Amino acid sequence: MHERTIAELAHGLRAGEFSAVEVTEAFLRRIEALDGRLNSFITVTAERALEQARAADERLRRGGGGPLTGVPVAHKDIFCTDGVRTSCASRMLDSFVAPYDATVVERLRDAGAVMLGKTNMDEFAMGSSNETSFYGPVRNPWDTERVPGGSSGGSAAAVAARLVPGATGTDTGGSIRQPAALCGITGLKPTYGRVSRWGMIAFASSLDQGGPMARTAEDVALLLGAMAGFDPRDSTSVDRPVPDYAAELARPLRGLRVGLPREYFGEGLEAGVREAVEAAVRVLESEGAEVREISLPTTPLAVPAYYVVAPAEASSNLARYDGVRYGYRCEDPRDLEDLYMRTRGEGFGAEVKRRILVGTYTLSAGYYDAYYLKAQKVRRLIRDDFVRAFEEVDVIAGPTSPTTAFRLGERLDDPVTMYLSDVYTIAANLAGLPALSMPVGFAGGLPVGMQLIGRHFEEGRLLNVAHQYQLATDWHRAAPPGFE
Amino acid sequence: MTMQGETEMAAKHLSSDRSAQRTDRSVQWEAVIGLEIHAQLATRSKIFSGASTAYGAEPNTQACAVDLGLPGVLPVLNEGAVRMAVKFGLAIGAEVARRSVFARKNYFYPDLPKGYQISQYELPIVRGGRVTIQLDGGGEKEIGVTRAHLEEDAGKSLHEDFHAMSGIDLNRAGTPLLEIVSEPDLRSPQEAVAYAKKIHTLVRYLEICDGNMQEGSFRVDANVSVRPAGSHAFGTRTEIKNLNSFRFLERALAHEIERQIEVLESGGAVVQETRLYDPDRNETRPMRTKEEANDYRYFPDPDLLPLVLEEAYIEAVRAELPELPDARRARFVSDYGLPAYDAGVLTASRELADYYEAVVAAVGGEPKLCANWVMVELGGALNRAGVEITASPVGPEALAGLLRRILDGTVSGRAAKEVFEAMWAGEGDADAIIEARGLRQISDAGAIEKLIDEVLAAHPQQLAQYRAGKDKLFGFFVGQVMKASGGKANPKQVNELLRRKLDAGG
Repeated sequence: MHERTIAELAHGLRAGEFSAVEVTEAFLRRIEALDGRLNSFITVTAERALEQARAADERLRRGGGGPLTGVPVAHKDIFCTDGVRTSCASRMLDSFVAPYDATVVERLRDAGAVMLGKTNMDEFAMGSSNETSFYGPVRNPWDTERVPGGSSGGSAAAVAARLVPGATGTDTGGSIRQPAALCGITGLKPTYGRVSRWGMIAFASSLDQGGPMARTAEDVALLLGAMAGFDPRDSTSVDRPVPDYAAELARPLRGLRVGLPREYFGEGLEAGVREAVEAAVRVLESEGAEVREISLPTTPLAVPAYYVVAPAEASSNLARYDGVRYGYRCEDPRDLEDLYMRTRGEGFGAEVKRRILVGTYTLSAGYYDAYYLKAQKVRRLIRDDFVRAFEEVDVIAGPTSPTTAFRLGERLDDPVTMYLSDVYTIAANLAGLPALSMPVGFAGGLPVGMQLIGRHFEEGRLLNVAHQYQLATDWHRAAPPGFE
Repeated sequence: MTMQGETEMAAKHLSSDRSAQRTDRSVQWEAVIGLEIHAQLATRSKIFSGASTAYGAEPNTQACAVDLGLPGVLPVLNEGAVRMAVKFGLAIGAEVARRSVFARKNYFYPDLPKGYQISQYELPIVRGGRVTIQLDGGGEKEIGVTRAHLEEDAGKSLHEDFHAMSGIDLNRAGTPLLEIVSEPDLRSPQEAVAYAKKIHTLVRYLEICDGNMQEGSFRVDANVSVRPAGSHAFGTRTEIKNLNSFRFLERALAHEIERQIEVLESGGAVVQETRLYDPDRNETRPMRTKEEANDYRYFPDPDLLPLVLEEAYIEAVRAELPELPDARRARFVSDYGLPAYDAGVLTASRELADYYEAVVAAVGGEPKLCANWVMVELGGALNRAGVEITASPVGPEALAGLLRRILDGTVSGRAAKEVFEAMWAGEGDADAIIEARGLRQISDAGAIEKLIDEVLAAHPQQLAQYRAGKDKLFGFFVGQVMKASGGKANPKQVNELLRRKLDAGG
């Protein structure tokens, strides 16, 4: 059962080969049996899942139901879920239960998906290794001594280990794509504004975007179709029709223009990663794509600009966690100042505090122009770079991450190296572009991901390319040893 | 610390006869005042959420997830608030920005749920307008409005009744405000009050704010400094908060100007600070100094797109504008021939002006008589009873019914006042009261002549003296005739007929 993709499960459910309850029970059993090795879930909602599965079976029996009816999914614990704790992997929200569903949660439920639980992540989505979680690190199913990437590490590990066929993630600087790459699955960060941010706990509002994670591009397309669309509750969501992503998958790649940014193949890129990505590019060529080298000269500016903009917005977004209305509150505060200081001092982890400090600094009087305003200008330059590049090519391809999964603890004390994990992914967030990571082989037994970046709102094209690649290759079928 | 101490000492040593001092000094010092007015916009729901803005609900019953700043919630701009801001901008001849930006003003306070207030900072929706105020000694003055911007209100902290703790009521959090910032063009507390009243009148004409100062719907903060008369440089200013009536605004400014002058004349320096006005003690005292001021770390709110207004939208709002107070005042002068003072009083609120015009229409003319009655008799009654014009027990039609009886001679002006009081007390319409109380005046010439003959016959001695040249006795005869008629004789007719009779007899 657990080897089936979302498309296969949906087909089997509609054909009556098995029931939603059977599917749900099978995955819940796997979580029960195997997640002790991964720590990919913060909360498992078994009862609620079975209830939803029974309802799905009822709909299927009556001949109703949508493309995801009865299909299990898990939500990153950053998406608010009515009546189920939403912790954002922080002590601050360890006791927080939202009285509403995130739009993403609502839409997937309306499409018939069954929620198995809430997945682990870096605290407030700040991290690239899933080691900053209040609930402990997630382990990579390909090597449990290694990180799954982050911040959507729980979703990536759970999907890779076949604990759930699909999951949601969020991506502010690579938080869907980098863990997808490190865990050997497919993950998509949609165009900024494509998926509603309502009910998705904010890290950096101008960069955050929710998206789907699954094993295949076809599954990602099915999930995105349900998640995407205008939401009047999110002023930054874009009112634009959602195409039929699944229908676009079949398009042949003949004539597709693929650009390889020379800046993405330079220093810092592991040889094994480079080889796997280059091999994948040759597969695209053999499928009829035209490959050419391009340049994105602003690439070196992306990480510094990101580490000004994201912490600045985060410092403001996280101000609401003050111990006054909900969430963690320190014991016996002496006065207001003490309440603030100890609540925030005790409730947030080190990486979150580091970013709040950086962000507070860059927004301060006298520094704003030099940092935040400048970073926003750099952001426009980066966007212009891509606009120019997309006059020549249809998609941009390169490595998702410069390395494969690193060891737990290896980069925890070295934030700058950790931040460089996202050197190839951050630019897409700064420019608001859709970008996808798909598995393209292994280096040293660890998965390698290739990133595809597309024009605004051309998620369909990225999924099409990934699907055609996956028709020609088997990397997406590989299961981690011990999790087959 | 010493500076603060000196300041307070100086304030205490102020002479009790302040007005005399002010007169002495008016040649030496000039006050420079600018006002920041927060007008709560009269939308039904909040500026960024669907929660109700109604006043006076149980604490925390009108705060939804967005107002509470729960994780993951997002603001959505209320178009109604935008429309109201645009109306205001158009009404003061300002530039309505085609593109304005919401920013976050970051600071921690328990009644600020998100840890930031959404406000407009660098790019406000209204830029550079002006209003005209009428000065006490006649004449007018233009006051610049630097900007007006949209923002959300915070909640309320309640420090009483909680046993050394504070209560937080977030009902007000997210209520839309228009902050209206004037240029430092005001030169006296009286000008400041005239300007504040002008804005108050305007927002109520536009129906964008209920103007209720007690409930905090219209709040005024004043920035004030003094400088030697003739100087063009600004002195160090203080900001005065908590001015919830026009009277307090005037008194607080007068006090603060005196205080600053005292400080400067005693060789001290004014400290830039925020001061709170205490109406019970009629003084201002320091709230926080600039050194303690927050760095608000403003930046554009990434949850809200820049507000872009199309020309067509702005023109559509312009078409909705009512006749504005200045235009209406001018029309009252030109169309009704009213003195400027009357026109100003009658157009101070849209409701009063509407009432007045309804009376004139029902009477079919006589605008000055109508103005006198609306301003003096009706205005006095409303004031005494503390009733708004919209709740007046005597409506414009009813008042017009009474005025028609004055005009056709049925009642005297004096009797009409009695009729009005009875109408106010709910005794019925003018005609019914005139009949019931027998207030109809005697206008029958024959009847009056008969009374005159009787009076002259009863006072032969006085008649002789009059005829001998003692003209002053004319008044005596008028009085006797009025008395004989029980006060009901038409005094004008009595005068005419008496004059004719006495002169004929001579």
